[in-house]
Amino acid sequence: MGKVKCECGHVNPRGTILCESCGRALTEEAKKENLVDMRYEGSARRSQTYNKTIIDKVWNFFSSVKVGIWIIVLILVAASFGTILPQEFYIPSNIPAETYYEDVYGTFGKFYYMIGFHDLYNSVWFIALIAALGVSLVIASLDRVIPLYRALKTQRVDRHESFMKKQRLFAEQKASLQASDLEKVREELKKKRYKIREENGALLAEKNRFTRWGPYVNHVGLIIFLFGAMLRSVQGMYIDELLWIREGETLQIPGTDGEYYVKNDGFTLENYKQGEDLEVFNEAIDRVGTVAKNYQTDAILYRDENNDLPGAEPELTEVLHDDIQVNQPMKFESFAVYQTSYRQDEMKAMHFALTNKETGEEFGEVVVDLFNQQETYDLGNGYKVELLGYYPDFDGFTKEGEPTSRSPLPNKPAFLFNMISPEKPDGEVSFVEIQNTMEPLGETMYKMKFKNLETRDVSALTIRKDLTLPILGIGGIIFMIGVIQGSYWNHRRIWIREKDGHIYIAGHTNKNWHGLKREIHAVLDGTAIPEPEDRQKD
Amino acid sequence: MSELAGISSALLYAAFILYLVGTFLFGGSIRQKGLRDGDQLNRWGKLAITVTIIGFIAQLGYFITRWAAAGHAPVSNLFEFTTFFGMMVIGAFILIFFIYKTAVLGLFALPIAIIIIAYASMFPREISPLIPALQSDWLHIHVTTAAAGQGILAISFIAGIIYLVKNIDQSISTKKTKWLEAVMFLIVSVVGFILITTGFALSDYKAEFEYVNKEDAAAVQEFNVPALVGPNEGVLITDGKMNPIVEMPAFINAKKLNTVLWSLGAGVILYVLIRLITRKRVAALLQPLVRNVSSDLLDEISYRSVLIGFPVFTLGALIFAMIWAQIAWTRFWGWDPKEVWALITFLFYAAFLHLRLSKGWHGERSAWLAVIGFGIIMFNLVAVNLVIAGLHSYA
Amino acid sequence: MDKKKKRLYMRTAILAILAGLVVYTLYTNLTRESRGNLEAGDQAPDFVLTDLDGEQHRLSDYEGKGVFLNFWGTWCEPCKKEMPYMEKLAKEYEGQVEVLAVNVGESNFQVKNFAEQYGLTFPIAIDKGKEVQETYGINPLPTTFMILPDGTIDQIVTAGLTEEQIRALFESVKPSS
Repeated sequence: MGKVKCECGHVNPRGTILCESCGRALTEEAKKENLVDMRYEGSARRSQTYNKTIIDKVWNFFSSVKVGIWIIVLILVAASFGTILPQEFYIPSNIPAETYYEDVYGTFGKFYYMIGFHDLYNSVWFIALIAALGVSLVIASLDRVIPLYRALKTQRVDRHESFMKKQRLFAEQKASLQASDLEKVREELKKKRYKIREENGALLAEKNRFTRWGPYVNHVGLIIFLFGAMLRSVQGMYIDELLWIREGETLQIPGTDGEYYVKNDGFTLENYKQGEDLEVFNEAIDRVGTVAKNYQTDAILYRDENNDLPGAEPELTEVLHDDIQVNQPMKFESFAVYQTSYRQDEMKAMHFALTNKETGEEFGEVVVDLFNQQETYDLGNGYKVELLGYYPDFDGFTKEGEPTSRSPLPNKPAFLFNMISPEKPDGEVSFVEIQNTMEPLGETMYKMKFKNLETRDVSALTIRKDLTLPILGIGGIIFMIGVIQGSYWNHRRIWIREKDGHIYIAGHTNKNWHGLKREIHAVLDGTAIPEPEDRQKD
Repeated sequence: MSELAGISSALLYAAFILYLVGTFLFGGSIRQKGLRDGDQLNRWGKLAITVTIIGFIAQLGYFITRWAAAGHAPVSNLFEFTTFFGMMVIGAFILIFFIYKTAVLGLFALPIAIIIIAYASMFPREISPLIPALQSDWLHIHVTTAAAGQGILAISFIAGIIYLVKNIDQSISTKKTKWLEAVMFLIVSVVGFILITTGFALSDYKAEFEYVNKEDAAAVQEFNVPALVGPNEGVLITDGKMNPIVEMPAFINAKKLNTVLWSLGAGVILYVLIRLITRKRVAALLQPLVRNVSSDLLDEISYRSVLIGFPVFTLGALIFAMIWAQIAWTRFWGWDPKEVWALITFLFYAAFLHLRLSKGWHGERSAWLAVIGFGIIMFNLVAVNLVIAGLHSYA
Repeated sequence: MDKKKKRLYMRTAILAILAGLVVYTLYTNLTRESRGNLEAGDQAPDFVLTDLDGEQHRLSDYEGKGVFLNFWGTWCEPCKKEMPYMEKLAKEYEGQVEVLAVNVGESNFQVKNFAEQYGLTFPIAIDKGKEVQETYGINPLPTTFMILPDGTIDQIVTAGLTEEQIRALFESVKPSS
């Protein structure tokens, strides 16, 4: 492999622009430049050194910052397209996406759906773009951090004057360094927490080198984050289930392999009330109408000690009692149960009174539990009601005259009763639905008079397990450390050296030049050392 | 309690006036260049920054008293958030001012903050109770940090726009002058929006429409400015008000579009008036104000603001946001439009930093990027809340 | 030159790992929809349910026979249509193919009423806690799982069936001897 030997004797890797040790320009272009390019200390970016095999070409492609920026811009633009219309997971779930977009947004909506933008963030190409960003992060960082580390580690104190001359902040004067001046400068630099190295009458003051690693640290954080996000698709890492549970119901918690059950011990919806809550809210409540204050499910968590096959009778022991509110999920093991949604006032039971139509006399009340009906309801004294049929979501009659139900939910319950009384021991048939009664087999003497309705709320709980969270958290923390490390400090160096009766002084910082200038001004104040000029003025 | 709320609004009003005064004082001080160590601010400059700081303290007073009155940090609706954002712009300006002591920055930063606060007060201002999703300490942590980040990034935009005003050659008409005028026009349009909204609010304009919404249900919408465009199958039910010229399909919110049209219209009128009276581009009008400041310094301020603001923004608008979303919405990320636009902002500034560090984009190109970045932030604040409905549209 | 080769190997290795991760991500994302769902060829998950007569039925008890595992509801029209065919063929194939009808969680009254109305004699169980449905990933009704004598799923049918179709399904799962 070609090495480049500098005049100072240091052997540099091929592709090096400025000698790692003394700083002399090694390439023709660099020799011609007025100011040196200090971005990676003029080190040999690995990718630029070879370009032979396919592997090298792919490597070089992802190593390029230009490519990286393009990937960022493409993701940015693509992501914005997904916000033009709501994504599929935000549209009402009872309407199929095929028709929703066209119905609501017309031709544009149809087009949006056709090109797949309704589910853009899960599309292969979008995920491929994110993956490309991940690859670029790994390769571009690897390719730069190693040579940069080498260059900063091997840098010499007595840089060649040609290197100093090409720094943005530079001054030269025909004079010699006074020991007293140097002592003062040293003092000042130390006060400003510079690390000072001296060799052969040259001085190098450096501080905050660690800030140069900031970008690579934050890239590591991002890579960990992306890796964590990828792990979500590994079996068992991630569970996301929705459980609709009625008040009083105890159901198995999906995703827990039958181990856990939850009971809904009551759902509460509370609104802000004028007079009860802070007076300052009155105006807002007046304008908006109602403002919700709390959604809460009182939950009891059980473990099934007899964690047998699905369908087997569970043997429940109470584990914990918790009020699940928005922002306050119930947690157990690695699961969290969230208050997600609710449906109020689902019908639970209906009360009827067996009533003599003529006299209006009632002969007892029948309570039909809409979720668990009885075949007969004995009222005593020869009065009895038989339930012949129950249609929870009554939808009309078939051609044969049979009542039908649209769904198993008690949205519009209807009943076929047989009313038995001392007068009619064989019974009279009555078909009862809400606010309507039919007598299919002829007029009856009795009727089922509607008395009362029991309702209850249904709560929707989200069950979530996400084992990737700690990884994402670590990635996020490392990313923040890296960003802060790279942003809030500056890597500053000041070179002072005397050679052949000349004083050379040069300064470099990776950013915030005004700060460096102010610092050098303060350091040199009262000495004969010339103050460096900024040669990149516009 | 409501007494506290009264004090609170008075303090906000005071802050607003103080910022206006500060702007004029900064105008008086701009003959002085950016300062180096040891130099002193001139008398105007000292007075200007003092007034600005008093204004900031007054607004802080507004914030604290309103917090006390409501029992939660006033960052829960569009008025409160936007006002807070204006305050953060001022705060960030004060911070940057003490690093670079550049008066001209104040001359631009204060008016921008004033416009932001005025824009905020166009939304319902009453203290609203928190809905369950917002009842969390993360509301304070997430929203304030995100706004602080955006405020610091806004300073980058302000330094960038000054850079462009100063450096773009106004003697000839070029693509650059046109784009810069477009930016100026947008700012003028916001002022137009404020004037129109305030004007019709003072005259108590109300026109109600019955219409068919996008769920195919009948609904009522109240317009507070005359309807140029009306809602889908809308019928005017208030007597004696203007009938719309064009009717919109159901998926377009006619009321919002109408306001946008009025603002742009007012913007055009204002802008054309300025051009006709002065016979100069708006940027050319501003150019003499910025003559004394060093371009290099502006570039550095702009870049430095991004460096300071980017980590804060990331922490507030992405990391804290994700933590809260995991608690309140069961998932840390859900591709909600506001989330997506926060990510877009993050990616944009990431690209900005890479272009600067690796591709050497500074000076004018960097200034344009700072302007675009702020455009994205404002889009997220305004358009995503008002136009693209999502989980974040609380106002 | 040695170092150069080493570097090439290094790069190849890193790129291979990255490519593997990317392909894995894309693959899992593409198959996201169907992940976790049962398919023909899978072992049918075991369960235990109590029928209307109070008798327990464990799926694994049926090993050696074909099983016609039918999920249904009383309101579901196609379910009503196929029930008589099921009844007829269950008798015909007795000892070879067992019919097990799982109601998706309605009341005892409804299910009993239905069974009487249609004169059903094969075992009918009610999945009260919806646990078996959850395990089998039931969405539309009726859904029928044809289970081979060795306990693996032969076919999953999510539609109402005619007598001929049911007969063909019975034939396909009946023990060969």
